[in-house]
This record gives sequence, C-alpha cells and structure tokens, in this order.
Amino acid sequence: MEAIVENIPLLLRGIGYTVALTLLGYVLALIVGTALAVCRVSPIPPLRWAATVYVEIFRNIPLLSLLILIAFGLPDVGLRLPYFWCGVLGLTLSSAAFVCENVRSGINTVPVGHAEAARSIGLGFFGTLRFVVLPQAFRSMIQPLVNVFIGTVIGSALCSAIAVSEITWVTQTLNIQYAQAVLMFLVAGAVYLGMSLGGAALGGALERAVSPDGHAGGRDRKTLDVAAGAQA
Amino acid sequence: MSASTRASSAAATQVLFDAPGPKGRRRILLLSVLSSLVILALIAGGLWQFAKNDQLDPNKWVVYLRADYLAFLGRGLVGTLQVTAVAAVVAFPFGLLLSLARLSRFTALSAAAATWIEFFRGIPMLLVVYAFLLALPAFGVTFPRFWMLVIPMILVSSATTAEVFRAGIKAVDRGQHEAAAAIGLSRRDSLVHVILPQAVRLVLPSLILALVTLLKDSTLGYVVSFNELQFQGKTMVSITRYLVQTYVVVSVIYIVLNFLLTRIALALDARMKARATAG
Repeated sequence: MEAIVENIPLLLRGIGYTVALTLLGYVLALIVGTALAVCRVSPIPPLRWAATVYVEIFRNIPLLSLLILIAFGLPDVGLRLPYFWCGVLGLTLSSAAFVCENVRSGINTVPVGHAEAARSIGLGFFGTLRFVVLPQAFRSMIQPLVNVFIGTVIGSALCSAIAVSEITWVTQTLNIQYAQAVLMFLVAGAVYLGMSLGGAALGGALERAVSPDGHAGGRDRKTLDVAAGAQA
Repeated sequence: MSASTRASSAAATQVLFDAPGPKGRRRILLLSVLSSLVILALIAGGLWQFAKNDQLDPNKWVVYLRADYLAFLGRGLVGTLQVTAVAAVVAFPFGLLLSLARLSRFTALSAAAATWIEFFRGIPMLLVVYAFLLALPAFGVTFPRFWMLVIPMILVSSATTAEVFRAGIKAVDRGQHEAAAAIGLSRRDSLVHVILPQAVRLVLPSLILALVTLLKDSTLGYVVSFNELQFQGKTMVSITRYLVQTYVVVSVIYIVLNFLLTRIALALDARMKARATAG
C-alpha cells in the first residue's frame, strides 16, 4: 500500500498519459476512419483503391510492430517524433482501419431503397450520405465503434514498449523498485477495466438514446465482426 | 476476392450514387486524375525521404535474401506459428467451455465465467504478460519463456472466444432447441448433438479472426524475449543495424500472413451467408 501512497503523483501522471493516448488516438481514428470509409464508397476509383490498401495494411499489422516501426524505425528516415506522439500516431493509424470497416458495414445495413429515394428527390453523393444514409447507419455503428474504443484502450498499454510513461509502464517500473507486483497490477488493471467498461456503458446509453424504441439492440460488443477484421 | 464480398462492396457503392451521366463521368475522371496525382506524390515523397536518408541503398535490403538471414527470420516465423497454434489449440476449447459455463443455469458458475470473461476482455494482454514475468516469480512460480508468452495468450483468447461461441450458440435458431426437446432429447443431449455442431460451424469465420488476434498478440514475445518473429527482428537489428529495413520486412510478413487468414475468414463467412439465403 505504501508503494502506492508514496507514488500517487507518478501513478496519476501514468493514468493521465493512458487517458490522453486513448482519447487522442480514438478521436483522430474516428475522423480518419470516417474519411477513409467515404473514400471506400466513393465513385472515384483511385480513392477506393488507396483506402482499401490502407485498411489491409493497418488492420493486419500487429500494433506492437507498428509502434516499434514508428518509434524506432522512422528516425532512420529522418522522421523523429516524441514517443508520446509516436504512440498517438500508431493508435490512430491502426484504429482508423477498424473504424473505416465498421462505418462501411454500418452503411451497408441501410436499405438500398432509402438511398434511391434520396437520389430521386435530387440529393447528390454527399447529400445522400449526410442526410439519409449516415444518420441511419449511425445506430448500428455504435456497438462496433465501442469495440474499437476498447481496442484502443487495450492498445494504449503497448505504448509502454516504446517508453511512453503510461500506467502499464509506471506500474512495471514501480514494481521493479518495490516488488509489490500484485498491488501494482491490480491498480493498472482497475484503470483499464474502468475505461473499457465505462466506454461500453457510455456506448450502450448512447445507443438507447438514439434508438426509437429505447432498446440497446445491435450486435454483442464482445463478438468479432468478420467484416471488420480482428483488432488486437 | 469471393463473389459475395465483391457484391457487398458494390452494394455500398450503389447505395450512394447513380450510374453517372456524361457530366458526372467527366467529373469522376477529373477527380480520379487529381487523386491519383496526390497519391503518387505521397508515395514519391515517402521514397524521397528514404533516399535522402540513405535508406534505399539496395545493399541494405538484399541482405534479407542471404540464406543465414532468411534462416534467422524463418526461425522466428516458426516460433510465431508454434506459439499461435499451441495457444489456439488450448484457448478455443477452453473458450467453448467458458461460454457453456456462462450460459449455465447455475448462477454461481455463470457469474464466475462472466467475471473471468469481462476481466480478460477489459485488460491489456501486456499486463498479464508482466504479471507472469514479474509478479509470479516473486512467489517462486516461474515458467519457461515459451509459456510466459503462451499462457497469457490463452487466458486472453479464452475470454474473447468464449463470447464468440456464446454468440454462435445464441444464433442457432430457437426451433432447433424446440425440435430437440420434442424428440425427447435432454438439455445436455440437445446441446451436444444438435446445438453445438451448428454453433461451431457458424463461428468458424470468427475463430479464424481469433487466430489473427493470437498472431498479433504473439509479438509480445518481444517483451519476454521468446524468439518469435518480432523478437528475432529486434535481435537482427542489434546485429545488422538496419533498423527500418528489418522492422519493415518483419511487418510485411505479419501483414501477408494476417491478410491471408482474414481472406479465408471472409470467404467462409460469405459462403455461409450465401448458403443461409439459398436455403
């Protein structure tokens, strides 16, 4: 217990880094991933191909390999970033691929007739997307996007391997100092569980709020979505 | 690749725009040319950055074709596949048992399984690895490096696959339960002979994706110094000093392996969906 009380500032800073990595990585991934999904459904072939290649690369590379490549590999080609931003960049690039695929499968759940109706009243590509398809697709995307959030929470731990002093790194370092491993891992575990379960609860509430019948339907948050691939 | 994945991506596209007229076609052509130029510029910029820092030197890349280097990385690949296979062989049946426990009528058993699943789903595997690497030795419990990597993989994967199996069991049509009960099968018999065979087939694509996750998790051998691919890459860097090249080569191997596995999962999924709609 002493080990924790004495190091509250360090632990709090670690938690701060974990939260910052997760939130920055996730919000940026939402933006990049949605843009990629728009590219993947657009009528412009080169954009479709580029987004497809992006998704295949970043959903299939292990996050740890990506982080190591960014943090230790890129300085060799003259791109040196602070380790924290390497972490954010890695989480963003990786999660964006999963956001893209989930948004795309969300768009696929909207009946074709709705888009045809939208076009028949004169809406163009962006109009159809913005006013008719995306609002409807949004509800079926909430659970999968909660999954991506949890993936980002869990992925943020890997940033300790590239020396970002987030909570896993802090507890591991303190453990070497105090040999209070069980206590340390309980603290770190509680932080991650709190963020994962909190994110899931928030997603559930959001889903109930936007659904017409007040039920959180959708897919189970724990299943693997085949169309979206496997997030580590 | 398969007909139905193509069909689904075509559907996504058709939802949003009509077959373009002459004006639309001209605009699409213009935007295609522009975006191609931007993409080519990005690729060229990347290559220029590599060349400027003297990283495109062919000598730094062809070393990976040397027999001893190939063998070195090959050993890592074998290690990766071994770890993944052993973890899968233990974790998948374990996950199935966990899912059955979670669906059990005994509240205590079901709650215990649910806690196990929520716990290992919600924490990073790295933390479990550190627990095995740092916490257990304090109690005199040590494992060989292989198991320090594989046991955490099993613990985490059992929780994720338990949820996959549970979804599969729930996806089997209710009528199947009723039919099994109607011909006098007990709860247990109907589960073993009627529900599970169908559920396992339904979740096959998701299980292949779980293999992808395991393959990615195996990179944590980097942390426990088990000689799987990522760790072999780290060792290779300390020998050759070709940092970016080594990690690019290692990453490409992972991408290709996982790409193939994901394709198989998607193809299986598409076949099952086609079969479900056909009959």
